[in-house]
Amino acid sequence: MNERRAAILFIAPALAVILLFFLIPAGASLLLSITDFDIYALADVRNIRLVGLQNYTNLLRDPLFWKALLNTVYYAGVGGPLTVVVALAMALLVNSKTAKWKPLFRTIYFAPVVTTIVGVAVVWKYLYHPRFGLLNRFLGLLHIPAIDWLGDPRFAMPAIILLAVWKNFGYNMMIFIAALQSIPEELYEAARIDGASAIQQFRHVTLPMLSPTFVFVGIITAIGFLQLFPEPYVMTGGGPVNATLSVVMLMYEQGFKFWRMGYAASVAFMLFLVIGFVTLIQLRAQKARP
Amino acid sequence: MNFKFQFLFLLLLACTSRPTTQENLKFWGLGHEGEVVAQLLPEFTRRTGIRVEVQQIPWSAAHEKLLTAYVGDATPDVAQMGNTWIPEFNAVRALEPLDPLLAHSSVNEKNYFPGIWATNVVDGMLYGVPWYVDTRVLFYRTDLIPQPPRTWDEWLAAMRRVKQVHPDKYAILLPTNEYEPVELMAMANGATLLNPEGTHGAFRDPRFVQAMQFYADLFRNGYAPVLSNTQVASVYQGFAEAEYAMYITGPWNVGEFHKRLPKSMEGKWATTPMPAPRAADYPGTSMAGGASLVIFRGSQKKDAAWKLIEFLSEPAQQIRFYELTQDLPAHRETWSGSAVAKDPELKAFREQLEHVAPLPRVPEYEQIATDVAENGEAVVRGRMTVQQAVTDLDRKADSLLTKRRWVLARIQQR
Repeated sequence: MNERRAAILFIAPALAVILLFFLIPAGASLLLSITDFDIYALADVRNIRLVGLQNYTNLLRDPLFWKALLNTVYYAGVGGPLTVVVALAMALLVNSKTAKWKPLFRTIYFAPVVTTIVGVAVVWKYLYHPRFGLLNRFLGLLHIPAIDWLGDPRFAMPAIILLAVWKNFGYNMMIFIAALQSIPEELYEAARIDGASAIQQFRHVTLPMLSPTFVFVGIITAIGFLQLFPEPYVMTGGGPVNATLSVVMLMYEQGFKFWRMGYAASVAFMLFLVIGFVTLIQLRAQKARP
Repeated sequence: MNFKFQFLFLLLLACTSRPTTQENLKFWGLGHEGEVVAQLLPEFTRRTGIRVEVQQIPWSAAHEKLLTAYVGDATPDVAQMGNTWIPEFNAVRALEPLDPLLAHSSVNEKNYFPGIWATNVVDGMLYGVPWYVDTRVLFYRTDLIPQPPRTWDEWLAAMRRVKQVHPDKYAILLPTNEYEPVELMAMANGATLLNPEGTHGAFRDPRFVQAMQFYADLFRNGYAPVLSNTQVASVYQGFAEAEYAMYITGPWNVGEFHKRLPKSMEGKWATTPMPAPRAADYPGTSMAGGASLVIFRGSQKKDAAWKLIEFLSEPAQQIRFYELTQDLPAHRETWSGSAVAKDPELKAFREQLEHVAPLPRVPEYEQIATDVAENGEAVVRGRMTVQQAVTDLDRKADSLLTKRRWVLARIQQR
């Protein structure tokens, strides 16, 4: 009994923080999402009405929401897997027995993760500049005509994905390195004795041993990528022609630009459902595997 | 000796501290204007003893910042505000009505362009004083259009001529994703966009339908290219290469045209007020843009704030501000005899500014305007007929205005 009380005492501070800064605000915003809290509510609180699920039904009929959701899925669907693949490739390189200066490379590849996204986005905006940008300068050397990276609706999202992959792969790489180092060397020895080539070792030893890591990395990456916001906010403002408008960006615009807080809260909960759904699929897919 | 010195020091302190302890105004300026306004203020402090703290806010974040400041009870005393935002900030009761302050003031309504002044009036009360003004006129190539058109018929005739000279080029650039061209034509044709109470859309009004048809025909007849402004690489290059001979735009482009068009284009372009549907209505109505100075309700220093507005509205300060920013001054007197009057390209703006009207003064209008642009584009690209577009606009506007109708009804019941 005494032990139990001690346990509660130990977790109480953490629970209190979660309650105060997560559960209560989440509950409040759930309540907000069933009201029509808007600009008129600022003038007079009696201008707030309970509207039930009306925000949600309006949202589902809003073409802009679908556009934002599609953009976000495009970004997460291409950018997420790409980040994981690049991270794994880099982890294998950095972890390779023939590699020298390992700590230096780890630091270099991890550096983008710890830099602030706003600063990075501003620098990349210069790299993408249609006339003076470094990227178009390189394309010019290859005789490829200049691309208006952030101004052309077709290229704006790929440009942002490129930045996001560069910015985020380092974190996943560190996790992969840790996982790679925990694979017992004997497995590789046994495989080599059986005559397995390097590629076969990778397919039949490395990949299966990494599979729990893949679940973790996949879920964390998907959650992060579905919350796309600072990149388009800084670089494109959601344009051109809404090509980089993400769900979080839509929520921000509805909430803080038009002050439709009730509607914005319903956007937030829709995103919560989407993220929950994606996470569930990933967990299921993992369990289905033997 | 020592005592005397202390006494002198105290005396000195008493003299200097009076103005500094008196007032310290907070002023939020937006974008470039917020940057250069600081150069005008030492004169104001010297005259009144009121010190002004200027906080500069980028235009792109200004609207959110001002609203959030109001919610967080952290508004400045005075702020610059796009005049289309005034209805919205008035709806949340953030702004101080200025009519009482106007009574014995140097700020006088008759010194201002009526259409611009009207943007600051909501339900009969004044909430802002125009600081600088902005409107749209027609820029055209004089080598392709010798006589500036005054009526829509003359306008069409001019376009036809341009097409005869350059069959593979265009007469006018109307970016399909902008709402301004459609709205300008509708306003020139007498359309009000919303009903007078601002509670329902009035897009099925024949005057709006007719204007939208006129707009759509410009594309159907090949006078205007079906291009959004993101697809136009450079407006200036296109104009210089006679890709199109006309473009509807604002005062900032006078400087840009001088700067960016090649030397060979010098003297080959001019500005003219908007053509009107009928000769009797010339010039056609254009939109009343620009920025105003407002006082927040939460301010504790409203008298000092008003003094600052009066100061910035003086003709001399308006002229200096024009020289610093090239923003067109709001005070009419400054338009004669100063640098503003000397620029021939600005004459059209002077004339146009007497014929401007505000957009509907309801907070929801900014969102409705984006629907106007969207449906306008759908018509031009053949995805909607004009009839479908206006019916859909009325439906969207009515739905956006639902809350406003409910709030107004609630106020009336009380």
